[in-house]
Amino acid sequence: MVQYNFKKITVVPNGKDFVDIILSRTQRQTPTVVHKGYAISRLRQFYMRKVKYTQQNFHEKLSTIIEEFPRLDEIHPFYGDLLHVLYNKDHYKLALGQINTARNLISKIAKDYVKLLKYGDSLYRCKSLKVAALGRMCTVIKRIGPSLAYLEQIRQHMARLPSIDPNTRTILICGYPNVGKSSFMNKITRADVDVQPYAFTTKSLFVGHTDYKYLRYQVIDTPGILDRPFEDRNIIEMCSITALAHLRAAVLFFLDISGSCGYSIAQQAALFHSIKSLFMNKPLIIVCNKTDLQPLDGISEEDRKLVTEMKTEAMKTVIGQGGEPENEEGVLLTMSTLTEDGVISVKNAACERLLNQRVELKLKSKKMNDCLNRFHVALPKPRDQKERPPCIPQAVLEAKAKQAEEEKKRKTEKDLEEENGGAGVYSASLKKNYILASDEWKEDVLPEILDGHNVYDFIDPDILLRLEELEREEGLRQAEEEADDFEMDGEELSPEEQEALAEIRKKKNLLIQQHRMKKSTAESRPVVPRKFDTDRKFTTKRMGRQLSTLGLDPSLAINRARSKSRGRKRERSVERGEADGGDTMDIDGNQASKKLRLRSMSRSRSRSRPPITEVLPGEGLKDSAQKVKAIKLAKKSVKKRNKNAPPVLWETFHWKDGQALRHLQEIKLCSGKKEALLFVR
Amino acid sequence: MRLEKCWFCSSTVYPGHGIQFVRNDAKIFRFCRSKCHKNFKMKRNPRKVKWTKAYRRLHGKDMTQDATFEFERKRNRPERYDRNLAENTLKAIKKIDKIRSDRASDHIKNRLKTGKVQRQKEARKQLEQGIHLVKAPLALAQDSSLHLPKIKVNVSQAQTEENQAMEE
Repeated sequence: MVQYNFKKITVVPNGKDFVDIILSRTQRQTPTVVHKGYAISRLRQFYMRKVKYTQQNFHEKLSTIIEEFPRLDEIHPFYGDLLHVLYNKDHYKLALGQINTARNLISKIAKDYVKLLKYGDSLYRCKSLKVAALGRMCTVIKRIGPSLAYLEQIRQHMARLPSIDPNTRTILICGYPNVGKSSFMNKITRADVDVQPYAFTTKSLFVGHTDYKYLRYQVIDTPGILDRPFEDRNIIEMCSITALAHLRAAVLFFLDISGSCGYSIAQQAALFHSIKSLFMNKPLIIVCNKTDLQPLDGISEEDRKLVTEMKTEAMKTVIGQGGEPENEEGVLLTMSTLTEDGVISVKNAACERLLNQRVELKLKSKKMNDCLNRFHVALPKPRDQKERPPCIPQAVLEAKAKQAEEEKKRKTEKDLEEENGGAGVYSASLKKNYILASDEWKEDVLPEILDGHNVYDFIDPDILLRLEELEREEGLRQAEEEADDFEMDGEELSPEEQEALAEIRKKKNLLIQQHRMKKSTAESRPVVPRKFDTDRKFTTKRMGRQLSTLGLDPSLAINRARSKSRGRKRERSVERGEADGGDTMDIDGNQASKKLRLRSMSRSRSRSRPPITEVLPGEGLKDSAQKVKAIKLAKKSVKKRNKNAPPVLWETFHWKDGQALRHLQEIKLCSGKKEALLFVR
Repeated sequence: MRLEKCWFCSSTVYPGHGIQFVRNDAKIFRFCRSKCHKNFKMKRNPRKVKWTKAYRRLHGKDMTQDATFEFERKRNRPERYDRNLAENTLKAIKKIDKIRSDRASDHIKNRLKTGKVQRQKEARKQLEQGIHLVKAPLALAQDSSLHLPKIKVNVSQAQTEENQAMEE
């Protein structure tokens, strides 16, 4: 409702921001690209669009401002007066008026320039017209800058005004400063108003809400009023005066009996009399506060007289309303906000009075008559004079009585909790009321998981029976299994057989490996004819061993082999060596011959090697001279060159000689840049 | 607290392990570890992934139908607590477990039996055919037991132990 909610007014931007916003929007939302080669109508259209667009935006925004700010004549007079008090009506109106004129000015500017643009003949001219138009519009806005700032301030302040509904039930609290109005307010509502020892702690109106008889009452706390002539009052006091003047509310006039506010009762009474005109037609209650410091009976005679005077005045207002003399209790009340003594009764009295007044007014108004016609309370006409009270059977009455007794006697869980240490200490036993076959089982804890299974999945009333069946089955099955296994066992291999099998497999693997080796090297290595067995693999010893591993007697074969062989000096000597060489392990024939070769130096000549120059068959050389040459060549080829010797220039070189080429390379490498190189190739 | 089964590999998911995925049709997939979860995200079918229980059951590697599986069934209606029943149940779980695992291992053993039989036959055949590599037929004729002949070696005193080791 615009009436009392000023929080929905849009923000008023200040002059510069306003201009920025509108211009940037124009730039973004209208096409930006234009070339001088376009048709003239297109150029004109382009710029006219911009001018119109800017004008429209300004118009829109200024219109929203004007519309959203409340017109002081159209809102409730309370708010109108309040705004006048706070902001000064004239300034407010002036500011809004300026905005209005600015809006009209901008419209005029836009119209004029659009007219001019219709006759622009070049891009440049159109552009400068547009620039001029926008510039003028912006200056207009710049000029109303201060008004915009003022309006923004007002808006912010208005948004923070308390939302007071002028039509609902209201209680107004007024009095001198520091009498205890705000403390009272804090006591009866949830409002949290500042309470301080200095005067004018409350500087504006505060609203709180309280309930009475299922109805919501607004409680308005006002700043303190001083006793001054009307014209001298400052803005703060004017706030409270306005509230008093315009709101139809119950008025609680606070009186500080003890005088601790700094003002005597006489002063307060004077104030009362000066503003009593404002209390016309409002239920008035005089509240004497701070009775803990000074009880009402303890005040002086003069003060008592003043108070009685005020009371009579208040009574007058009461009589003026209802036409019935109210009891005196309803008019003058005492309380103390510090001790909270009498606070509630004051509130109740105020609410009651206000309610009655409003109800009476409503009854008197015309609307009520219309409504009354629609109400009709139907009462059945009594048939005869017999009394018929409601009939409650005796059993029900007894049951009710018993229940009531039980309620009192029964110990609740809450009591139990409190006994055993309170909420954090005691945890109620949830299993107390379980219905089980035996009471001992109530506190049992059943494990939920066992051996990777959920126990709850297995629970079954006939689990025992089924388990028995299962075990029987299992017994049978196991017997069968055993029988089967027994049959099976007969077919296994004996340990002897297993050994033999292992040997066979080993031998086979060995054969396969050897074959594979031979296969891969067959192409790269020449095969030596068997006659010239340099590795000495084919000895009788070996043969004998192999035969004996197969289980045959080798002696016959060995004898035959020996008799058939040529009898070489070397072989026999080797054998003899083996025969008496007691410290050799002759598992492998090869090893023995190698060792012997190494030992050729220490043995007699008969066991030495043949001379190097003797040609052995199978080497591929013609005669010993060739062999000697070959050996020499071989040795020369691997001889290392003496690099420490000074370099020698070779003027002639033999290409055929493989060495020369090598020397060539070496000289090239060693001599470096210093020595001259004679050869080019 | 409940032990669940992993949707992918069918192993038990203990509390505090694994991830649960709830699909838009409100079907819940529980996984025991990220391996299964990632396989699921790759849209692999557990019936085709060798190491899962689903594959093993489908391809007959593990026991599928058995009376012991009937004991463990998710019950939706809770039974009233009975101490004796609870005791019996706990004991029964152990026994059932044992029976089940026995049966499962027997199943596997039976499955592997044919292979074993075959291997034994092969071994016997190999023995028959290849005996000539370790024992000459002549020796076999003389002594038809399968004692392997020993190698005759010249031994010196100092190296007796080494020799023995090499012989055996």
